[in-house]
Amino acid sequence: MAFMEFIPNLGRRTLRTVPNLGTASRFLLLSLFAVANRHFSIQQLLKQVYGFGVRSLLLMMVAAFFTGMVLGFQGYYALVRFGATSALGTLVALSLLRELGPVLTALLFAGRAGSALTAEISSMKATEQLSAMEMMAVNPLAWVVAPRLWAGIFVVPILCVIFDLVGIFGGYLISVPVLGVDGGTFWAQMQSNVAFSGDILTGLFKALCFGLVVTWIAAWQGYAAQPTAEGVGNATTTSVVTASLAVLGLDFILTAFLFT
Amino acid sequence: MAADALVELENVHFARGPHTVLDGVGLRITQGAIVSIMGASGGGKTTLLNLMAGTLAPQAGRIRVAGQDLQTLNLEDLYRLRRRMGMLFQHSALFTDFSVFENVAFPLRRHFRLDESVLRKLVLMKLEAVGLRGAAGLMPAELSGGMGRRVALARAMVMDPMLIFYDEPFTGLDPISVGIIATLIRRLNDALGATSILVSHDVQETFSIADYGYILAGGKIIAEGTPDTLRASDSELVRQFLGGKPDGPVPFHYPAKDDYATALTGVWAAGEAI
Repeated sequence: MAFMEFIPNLGRRTLRTVPNLGTASRFLLLSLFAVANRHFSIQQLLKQVYGFGVRSLLLMMVAAFFTGMVLGFQGYYALVRFGATSALGTLVALSLLRELGPVLTALLFAGRAGSALTAEISSMKATEQLSAMEMMAVNPLAWVVAPRLWAGIFVVPILCVIFDLVGIFGGYLISVPVLGVDGGTFWAQMQSNVAFSGDILTGLFKALCFGLVVTWIAAWQGYAAQPTAEGVGNATTTSVVTASLAVLGLDFILTAFLFT
Repeated sequence: MAADALVELENVHFARGPHTVLDGVGLRITQGAIVSIMGASGGGKTTLLNLMAGTLAPQAGRIRVAGQDLQTLNLEDLYRLRRRMGMLFQHSALFTDFSVFENVAFPLRRHFRLDESVLRKLVLMKLEAVGLRGAAGLMPAELSGGMGRRVALARAMVMDPMLIFYDEPFTGLDPISVGIIATLIRRLNDALGATSILVSHDVQETFSIADYGYILAGGKIIAEGTPDTLRASDSELVRQFLGGKPDGPVPFHYPAKDDYATALTGVWAAGEAI
């Protein structure tokens, strides 16, 4: 019986999801191309870049520092058995540059700036500010959404670079002064084994994609939210959960395609 | 008469899912008038306003504003038309991260490249007209409900629109603020030579400033005319609405499945309608 209900339920869900996905994609394209609209403002874009960056910077640095230190400890534990502690610098750097840097940056960004973005846009909708803008013949996609979307795309790779650098520094602090790995070896191994295009650019490309996806989901959830207090709350929660899962899913796809 | 019509609706139908909101509404609004659209809460008044502003599209019927058929306009033309419209929203809809001055300046900054001194004069002139020049530097959170509504009014007027929509302008205000808003609507409408469409269920205040009124019930226009004509109407529904009687053609009771006596004596299963 339960199985008989499962099939129509699945059908109904699919029928609901597919048009939503279409509307969200149209929203993304219209917002991205709204840079050409006369109401798109570079000032607004810079304001958002500053807001997103500053709002997330301290959080990123603290998280990166601890992540790097933990990598130092765990890497040492694994490598010391094979007498390969000289590779610790490479392990810390590659883990951060290729994987942990972009993914953790995006997850933290979704929790910090993404949730704030959803709450902001959905509150604007609930208080009729977006409708007021439309009535004043100002396209809300160009004035509100596009600067935030492009800011997310710019900011996440920058935050990722900072995350990587602070994380590597954290790893160094544990590996060299605490665990006694040779400092020269730590840096030299890292330098010779990390490829600029293969490792660093791959990581930054991931961060760019994550920035787009997280900001898109956050902005869409805010824009499509029910214009009530409950709607704002629900949209914020959904935004963080969906964006986090999307980052992890997309990470797998990108890793599989970029794996060399 | 036809040449004077600024807004014309013909047989407009609008539904949200299975629920019919407007069922063949037709009206014509002449230039320079203040026209009220009254009706019960949830009766489709705001929907009607949104249709006239082009933020919603009807499933059937025709809406013409300033001679242009809204259904045939593309977004750019619609935005061009909206530059000649203003709307006062029920909850003011002020931009919370802008000051009062910047809120009023917003449409001007977005549409024109004005010299800062000219812009300042225009904004302060509108704020002076609503009595809030002294509040130009305040943030929306620092304003009372009535002040917020007046700032929103100044913002709706700043482009000198030909058509102004008011969505429940008196709701949630104290009597003094209601009086101020009503006076401002009449005075600014006449000063700008604009046309105002006012959606409200506040009968006394609306009738004190309106030139003409429509009453909306069950998705249809059930009565229209000047305030005096409407007051003299012998329609029971109109009289119930204008007199604020709790029972009449619009019943006090939400329909129940069975009668009251059965409901009291019968066994009620959880989840079943009483």
